[in-house]
Amino acid sequence: MLNIKNLHASVEGREILNGLNLQVNPGEVHAIMGPNGSGKSTLASVLAGREAYEVNDGEILYHGENLIELSPEERARKGIFLAFQYPIEIPGVSNANFLKTAVNEVRKSKDMDVLDSKDFLKLMKDKMQLVKMDKSMTQRSVNEGFSGGEKKRNEIFQMAMLEPELCVLDETDSGLDIDALRIVSDGINALRDGKRSFIVITHYQRLLDYIVPDFVHVLYKGKIVKSGPKELALELEEKGYDWIKEEVEI
Amino acid sequence: MSEDLKIIDEVTSGEYKWGFVSNIESENAPKGLSEDIVRFISAKKKEPEWMLEFRLKAFRHWQKMQEPQWANVNYPKVDFQDIIYYSAPKPKKQLNSLDELDPEIKATFDKLGISLLEQKRLAGVAVDAVIDSVSVKTTFRQELSKLGIIFSSFSEAVQEHPELVKKYMGSVVPYTDNFYAALNSAVFSDGSFCYIPKGVRCPMELSTYFRINSAGTGQFERTLIIADEGAYVSYLEGCTAPKRDENQLHAAVVEIYAHTDAQVKYSTVQNWYPGDKDGRGGIFNFVTKRGLCAGERSKISWTQVETGSAVTWKYPSVILKGDYSTGEFYSVALTNNYQQVDTGTKMIHIGKHTRSTIISKGISGGRSNNSYRGLVRIGKQAEKARNFSQCDSLLLGDKCGAHTFPYLECANPTAKVEHEATTSKVGEDQIFYCNQRGISTEDAIGLIVNGYCKEVFNQLPMEFAVEAQKLLAVSLEGSVG
Ligand SMILES: Nc1ncnc2c1ncn2[C@@H]1O[C@H](COP(=O)(O)OP(=O)(O)OP(=O)(O)O)[C@@H](O)[C@H]1O
Ligand SMILES: [Mg+2]
Repeated sequence: MLNIKNLHASVEGREILNGLNLQVNPGEVHAIMGPNGSGKSTLASVLAGREAYEVNDGEILYHGENLIELSPEERARKGIFLAFQYPIEIPGVSNANFLKTAVNEVRKSKDMDVLDSKDFLKLMKDKMQLVKMDKSMTQRSVNEGFSGGEKKRNEIFQMAMLEPELCVLDETDSGLDIDALRIVSDGINALRDGKRSFIVITHYQRLLDYIVPDFVHVLYKGKIVKSGPKELALELEEKGYDWIKEEVEI
Repeated sequence: MSEDLKIIDEVTSGEYKWGFVSNIESENAPKGLSEDIVRFISAKKKEPEWMLEFRLKAFRHWQKMQEPQWANVNYPKVDFQDIIYYSAPKPKKQLNSLDELDPEIKATFDKLGISLLEQKRLAGVAVDAVIDSVSVKTTFRQELSKLGIIFSSFSEAVQEHPELVKKYMGSVVPYTDNFYAALNSAVFSDGSFCYIPKGVRCPMELSTYFRINSAGTGQFERTLIIADEGAYVSYLEGCTAPKRDENQLHAAVVEIYAHTDAQVKYSTVQNWYPGDKDGRGGIFNFVTKRGLCAGERSKISWTQVETGSAVTWKYPSVILKGDYSTGEFYSVALTNNYQQVDTGTKMIHIGKHTRSTIISKGISGGRSNNSYRGLVRIGKQAEKARNFSQCDSLLLGDKCGAHTFPYLECANPTAKVEHEATTSKVGEDQIFYCNQRGISTEDAIGLIVNGYCKEVFNQLPMEFAVEAQKLLAVSLEGSVG
């Protein structure tokens, strides 16, 4: 589904990713861990097509198609979803209105009929239950005045609404309290259907107890320097990153 | 008019009287402005003597005035002698079908989601007799008159309700008020008149659209709204459809008079031709709008959405004379390309416990300039008066400008005045966030800007609000970059 080969990407003239390789097949869950500043969010931004991030070399194939040439909205409509590390506030625009616009744009791009208000409300009600989101949140402005945890929950709610194929979750667990972590993880697991794939960026092995990954990768200095099964996360939790850094430096 | 003046008047203008009469056969006045032209207009409209006198006084006063220069706008000097001040109302050119319509206008209609029938009406395509709006208008009017509400063209009111017009015209905006108000008072073509009797709540939004005999927007429109004791009316001006007009200069006057416990809500959506992308053409819009809260507990609120015109100069104001009266001003002003807007409000607190609220949202894109200018004046007697002002500016690029000029004059120490102002930019991260959810940049800006204007849109009547949102989206095209 996603095939990243030798990816080099820079922001403001600084190369952040240098030679990153990653293959994600349908239905797989890949966890990406790594020290602060190693380039995890950069990878997410590059996948989503953020303008400031320039791809200098390598390729990203999504269903065999060159992703780099597509605009951010085209990628989104083709099923790439990014749950932001820091969700953005849009004052005055209700969550419901925002999502209705988004859902219908995605549907239009697939030649599907746009949802009328009634069907949309029904869809929203279903998906709200998935992450146990309070009804009042849909009438509030997008992320405005939301607590850190509410913002993260809202990201997963949006993900559920948009039914993407490839979900990139950037530190969705940070800011969630213990109960919320479980609820949101349950929501994410409910979206695992054998075809949908996930790239889960996290610092904590705890999340991976809930969302069990097929692979764990360590991103360091813009490259994936180690990959392994879910046990690798436990090892990292225990030993930190120094031993990996040492391996790399040698 | 004094006897002396009258004599002088007759003597000085005597010579032209005959020429003038022969001229009355012609459809248009000759170019330029003089007392004769003022007389010509008045005669054309078969006005009573007192109306002519009002016009002449205004004209003489105007001659002594200077065009104001203080607004933050630049435009080529208007040659007031190069304007035709009266032309007979012309029926719109009839088109046989919408195919004959300018494709650019047609495209805008479609984007605004205006129904085909409505498109035909606006474009002047002959509409089937069955669905002709005339019958709608008639029912509408009958219903109003049952309640004693008068809603007519200004000219009709001059003929049919002279006592009301005489009493209220100029009572809120005297012809001496400013250069453009004086000009309007001298040469105004037509406009709307509305009177709501004591204790009557007007059951529908009054809109110029429904007014019988409306001859289209004149260059010098004049509107007078009177709400008698305890009356309520919501009045809508304008239309979201793009309006092209050969007349470059527009100088309208709107007067609102609210008696004790009366409430008037006045909403405008203004979308006149703003000029092309390079700033050529476009209408200069110099408007004087003012309401007088004459009675206790009366309330006047102005809501405006301004997206049109090349140059706009407009300050809907409220004089809060009655104790416990309330004035409100909600405004969205969007400028794009080379448009210039200098708008704002004046809240003049005279009575005790008077309150005013000002919410202004300026949005500038392209190379446009958007200025907010607001005056809050608290008089000596205005004990415990309160004002809250919030003026926000949103920039859509780095070549546009936003300016805020708040003025405060406070002569009563018990008054409380609050002012908040912010300037922000549509963030790249907000747009990316929308993009990432499948929303195009253009739609994202529309969404963000509409969100930003929500407080004001909430004040508009429902259908108007929906139209205003669509209008903003259309007006925003090409605003970034
Ligand atoms: N827009 C930008 N301008 C300048 N530098 C940037 C920008 N975005 C990222 N960087 C830099 O790129 C590097 C990688 O950042 P990135 O956000 O991808 O790290 P991360 O792995 O997600 O870290 P964290 O775990 O702290 O979230 C950092 O040094 C960061 O300062
Ligand atoms: Mg990060």
